[in-house]
Amino acid sequence: MPTLFVDKDNKYHKIYKQMLLARKFEEATVQLYREGLIRGFCHPYIGQEAVLIGINSKMQSQDSMITGYRCHAHTIIAGCDPKSVMAELTGRSTGCSKGKGGSMHMFSIKNRFYGGHGIVGAWTSLGTGIGFSHKYKEDNGVCVVFLGDGSSNQGQFFESMNMASLWNLPVLYIIENNGYAIGTSVERSAAGGPLHKRGECFGIDSEEVDGMDVEKMSEAADRGLSIARSGKPYIIEAATYRFRPHSMSDPDKHRSKEEIDKYKALDPISSYEQKCLKNKFMTEDEVKQIKKEVKEIVSESVKFAKESPFPENHEMFEDLYTKSL
Amino acid sequence: MNSEKVPVRVALRDAMAECMREDETVFVMGEDVAHYGGSYKVTEGLHKEFGDKRVIDTPISEMGFGGIGVGAALSGLRPVVEFMTFNFAMQAIDHIINSAAKSSYMSGGEAVCPIVFRGPNGMAAGTGAQHSQCFASWYAHCPGLKVISPYDSHSAKELLKASIKDPDPVVFLEQELMYGEGFALTNEKVEIGKAAVIRKGTDVTLVSFSRMVGFALKAAEECEKLGISCEVVDLRTLRPIDEKTIISSVKKTNRVLAIEEGWAYSGIASEVISIVNEKAWDSLDAEPLRVTAENTLLPYAKNLEELAVPTVEKIINKIKYLTNKI
Repeated sequence: MPTLFVDKDNKYHKIYKQMLLARKFEEATVQLYREGLIRGFCHPYIGQEAVLIGINSKMQSQDSMITGYRCHAHTIIAGCDPKSVMAELTGRSTGCSKGKGGSMHMFSIKNRFYGGHGIVGAWTSLGTGIGFSHKYKEDNGVCVVFLGDGSSNQGQFFESMNMASLWNLPVLYIIENNGYAIGTSVERSAAGGPLHKRGECFGIDSEEVDGMDVEKMSEAADRGLSIARSGKPYIIEAATYRFRPHSMSDPDKHRSKEEIDKYKALDPISSYEQKCLKNKFMTEDEVKQIKKEVKEIVSESVKFAKESPFPENHEMFEDLYTKSL
Repeated sequence: MNSEKVPVRVALRDAMAECMREDETVFVMGEDVAHYGGSYKVTEGLHKEFGDKRVIDTPISEMGFGGIGVGAALSGLRPVVEFMTFNFAMQAIDHIINSAAKSSYMSGGEAVCPIVFRGPNGMAAGTGAQHSQCFASWYAHCPGLKVISPYDSHSAKELLKASIKDPDPVVFLEQELMYGEGFALTNEKVEIGKAAVIRKGTDVTLVSFSRMVGFALKAAEECEKLGISCEVVDLRTLRPIDEKTIISSVKKTNRVLAIEEGWAYSGIASEVISIVNEKAWDSLDAEPLRVTAENTLLPYAKNLEELAVPTVEKIINKIKYLTNKI
């Protein structure tokens, strides 16, 4: 894959570039969806980038990750080539799932990214099972399970927290609370206290973090990962917001323009850029250079996807089983 | 081989124990599987030999531990997940189908999911509608799964070992009323995807699986006294189904009766008959028929329960009809 770093040892460069790549990549998916090149459902991550990138900045190589259907950025940040992610979105044979998974089903097992799942909340149990594996294999890894405010209402999330705590599993649950489960707000779907307290009855500690601030997310990740690594599951609730509708199919009539604009003013990428410039963590030239590189990565991905062939007909029956029956 | 009869439950337990001794990544989880030894004592003794790490009692959380099992399989372990009964696996069916069966395909083959979901399936005695359903056709319907439902101790043991070693997700359907039945272990080679002709005959092919194979064998014995020669095919694997063995038997006998403990509607027997119709139509001398559960839920009262399920008598009557003996 193309290098993600202007200066690979510079954490500011890395974080800024990853967030910008997540953003620009998703802007391109929006465009390709409008052109009819991406089919079905497509859930852009735009607005929530600081959550993933902040958490990822503190993960170790043996750690693993799983998430739901808003997974394009997660797949790329896990280490999958953006070209193959865009090729997957456009249903090409060069896609990371050979064009058979689509927007919601992407994996990079060699990078310990376990998907990319479309049944809301079901991956909270899968991720808890991956945490179980880390403990069983004694590899000192933590499974980071991203879920939304909507998923946090699934019964199996509670079953998973119970077993994670009972069995001392190294699992870090990140609740990306963007305020809405498609059209139903958290206020109308979740009773009781804040979402991060949902593990309290199982003895799981937690905290709430400003999910629009990548540095705060990164600091929380440090705490959360180290607690999980010690064999105690932990919950971080990231207060975040998606700038776009739930999916490309959502008319988004339930959120006011004022509300969306209020959060857009807190854009995690431009605020980080301003902060880095102000504190001289990056120069104007470096910012310009990173923007240029990201633009190239995204346009190469789009070009690669558009030029890639669709899967051959015989692919329809392949990969159902490890060996064809 | 020792000709001593081994109960099916012991054969299943021994299969798990052998696999666990060979492969550190194999573990067993489920409700009451460890300290209690399993509700039907299928896992008895495993906890003593393998300890807390590898034989794990779960809370009553089928959906949760179903998913935890799949997550563990995706990340390199080989879980054997026991459901106290497959009726309870309905709580976890999302993970069996949407997570286990689909991950390989949706990842273009990158994700592998070597998991076994096992437990008793089908009717018990006097347990009523919520503890008596056969889910064979539900699971066999889905690409991505392998589905096994053995009859005797030898095939149960060999197929469970093969399932645990298999790289793909397997649904392994046992039968509570068979756990205590004893069968001699043999040297027969048993493979996933292969049916067996367990009684040779010339007049009619009886195709079945699990407990109903025993019913088919009894019916065949009775029919022999009437001068009717029945061939009995034990399907053993329901997906991928062994079309070749079914077809070659029907081409010889020219008649087929498919028998299952579940309902007729969209069932395994229907599938067997479709296969015969599509691939052995020209060799048929009579219409293919089924013996299945009646089209109702399983009632509690003993007299009604007996009416609702397949019996040897019902099987014999259909065989007589097919062979023009009535």
